[in-house]
Amino acid sequence: MSLQQARPPLPSDDKRWKLVNATMRRNGYAGHALIETLHSVQDAFGFLDEASLRFVAASLDLPMSKVFGVATFYHLFTLKPKGRHACVVCTGTACYIKGAGALVERLHERYDILPGETTSDDRLSLLTARCVGACGLAPAIVVDGDVLGKLDSESLIAKLEELN
Amino acid sequence: MNLDDLADLAKQYRAVDQQVTREIRVCVAASCQSSGAGPVQDALVTALGTELPDCKVKGVGCMGLCSAGPLVAVAAPDECLEEATLYRDVTPADADDIIGTLDGAPLERLHCPTNQPFFARQRKIVLEHAGLIDPDSFKGYVAVGGYAGLIRALSEMTPSDVLREVTTSGLRGRGGGGYPTGLKWSTVAKMPAEQKYVICNADEGDPGAFMDRAILESDPHRVIEGMAIAAYAIGANKAFVYVRAEYPLAVERLHTAIRKAKRSGFLGNKIADTQFNLEVEVRLGAGAFVCGEETALMASIEGLRGQPRPRPPYPAESGLWGRPTLINNVETFANIAPIIREGGDWFAAIGTERSKGTKVFALAGTITNTGLIEVPMGTSLRDIIEVIGGGIPGGKAFKAVQTGGPSGGCIPSQHLDIGVDYDSLKTLGTMMGSGGMIVMDETSSMVDVARYFMEFCMTESCGKCIPCRTGTQQMHSILDRLAKSQGTRADLLLLEELCEVVQATSLCGLGQTAPNPVLSTMRYFRDEYEAKLSDA
Repeated sequence: MSLQQARPPLPSDDKRWKLVNATMRRNGYAGHALIETLHSVQDAFGFLDEASLRFVAASLDLPMSKVFGVATFYHLFTLKPKGRHACVVCTGTACYIKGAGALVERLHERYDILPGETTSDDRLSLLTARCVGACGLAPAIVVDGDVLGKLDSESLIAKLEELN
Repeated sequence: MNLDDLADLAKQYRAVDQQVTREIRVCVAASCQSSGAGPVQDALVTALGTELPDCKVKGVGCMGLCSAGPLVAVAAPDECLEEATLYRDVTPADADDIIGTLDGAPLERLHCPTNQPFFARQRKIVLEHAGLIDPDSFKGYVAVGGYAGLIRALSEMTPSDVLREVTTSGLRGRGGGGYPTGLKWSTVAKMPAEQKYVICNADEGDPGAFMDRAILESDPHRVIEGMAIAAYAIGANKAFVYVRAEYPLAVERLHTAIRKAKRSGFLGNKIADTQFNLEVEVRLGAGAFVCGEETALMASIEGLRGQPRPRPPYPAESGLWGRPTLINNVETFANIAPIIREGGDWFAAIGTERSKGTKVFALAGTITNTGLIEVPMGTSLRDIIEVIGGGIPGGKAFKAVQTGGPSGGCIPSQHLDIGVDYDSLKTLGTMMGSGGMIVMDETSSMVDVARYFMEFCMTESCGKCIPCRTGTQQMHSILDRLAKSQGTRADLLLLEELCEVVQATSLCGLGQTAPNPVLSTMRYFRDEYEAKLSDA
């Protein structure tokens, strides 16, 4: 008789769960695949909710406390859904020297959100990053995956206003 | 397989592109990509059409001068960057003009001279192929002599020969600590364990440092080759690359390189028809600076929270899953293939007495030429900043250069003539770190810079030990008061005391070095702190 618990059913028939399951299967459902699995949940769903954490914990046979501990330890994982658009301000040293702090302040004034928050209409999330490695373009901003360089706050806001 | 077989293979790969006499090289590393190199490459391919069969558009790695990107170089296949015609700030609209002037004089409008000190004063070992070869091409790497180090090690050397060669080279760890690489390898090699691991630390967390990313994006096979040589020398058959998830392009290129190396028999079972086996796996970080610390990194590979543990035991004795583990940084591994290929003595002849070889630096901040450079150890800071970096733009005066990221310190102008190596930087109260150099002009406030780094350490502290968790918070709140001109002389004294305590009692490198930016700015720019005191 195997001591291995039966694997839990998929939380819903959303096809994205199959991607998550594939990651775990590729790693033989080993506990050390936890971070890889959380990456794959976040890639598929955009964030980690309680249902997904419980599913991962049960599948990898790990206590929920450990899964929650790892999910909240690493900055890249987020437990809150993001807005439709994401604006990431790089706050690496080179960008800081060139005024990234002022950009964050101006965005706060304009949209009333702090880094990590989303506007109440779910339109825009403001995030900060520790160096996106585009120091030649400082201050660097990543809007929906596109790196924009050497922007001042007014042209950045103009860009953000263009998003629908 | 021996070296002659590899040379034949290289010849065969070169012959594929025999009819090509000119290459149009477009940088496909992250910095140029974010300034639009992708569309430029497409436009060049379209503009070239099929009329010139002796001409080829090729994606290559980082050419160094990131501030002028996207960069495009036109050259014969065997010409290096200095011999090429280099174009800067290229847009897709320029494609026709570039193709049109292939046979004539260079296009003056975009021309970026390569005889300027930025290019001429460098010496490239780690970056020898960056900007020349297609990072996604296994054949391209072999064609320029790649994997000769590995094949030489496997076919002509015993593991102890390899260890001796690396020890002779005098190579020291490029991740910041500067621990002698040969000694580290020998320690792991001596362990009697059945199972050992090799880990490549590519968790480049220092803000303002992008050397490792550029190496992985420009020449990923070189890192794999270095890791394979290390695994052979210490007797490991499993290796991990722990890389930041923030570097998607580097991750993708690593995956491609591993897959292709495996398919060609340079990884996997019975490598190059010997008894040596090696599996390499990529593990993604998830945004925790502390995971650059080796014991935290191993915890993260094991799927745990990235928290460090006390050493000893060192990873060489008890590392990943309790097995002997060799951890080196990307740039260290990138130095290995040339050392085995050319010999340890060759490498030891470069650099200074106690720091051998070259070092890659990422120049950023208020400096004219932002980008990636590689110079011999011992090159003076003045040469790096004023000659290679082109000095401070906008007629401003130089104030300080920050090295070593949040663990390092600021160097003022009176020490610019010092030659850069591990030991000289230490005497100045900073450290080599992984190689980020942030240049600051007279408009930067040093108190503000110290607060910035302390905020970084505060948010990145893993929370395991009290001196780091609480100390960085307290130091940050004092620095915040000082920066807002609300601090008192008593605050300044308390800050100094806290620095000593945190430095002496923290568990890992993050906390032990967190006070460095404060201490070094206090040492060289005390007047700025004094000027901000409310009870001055």
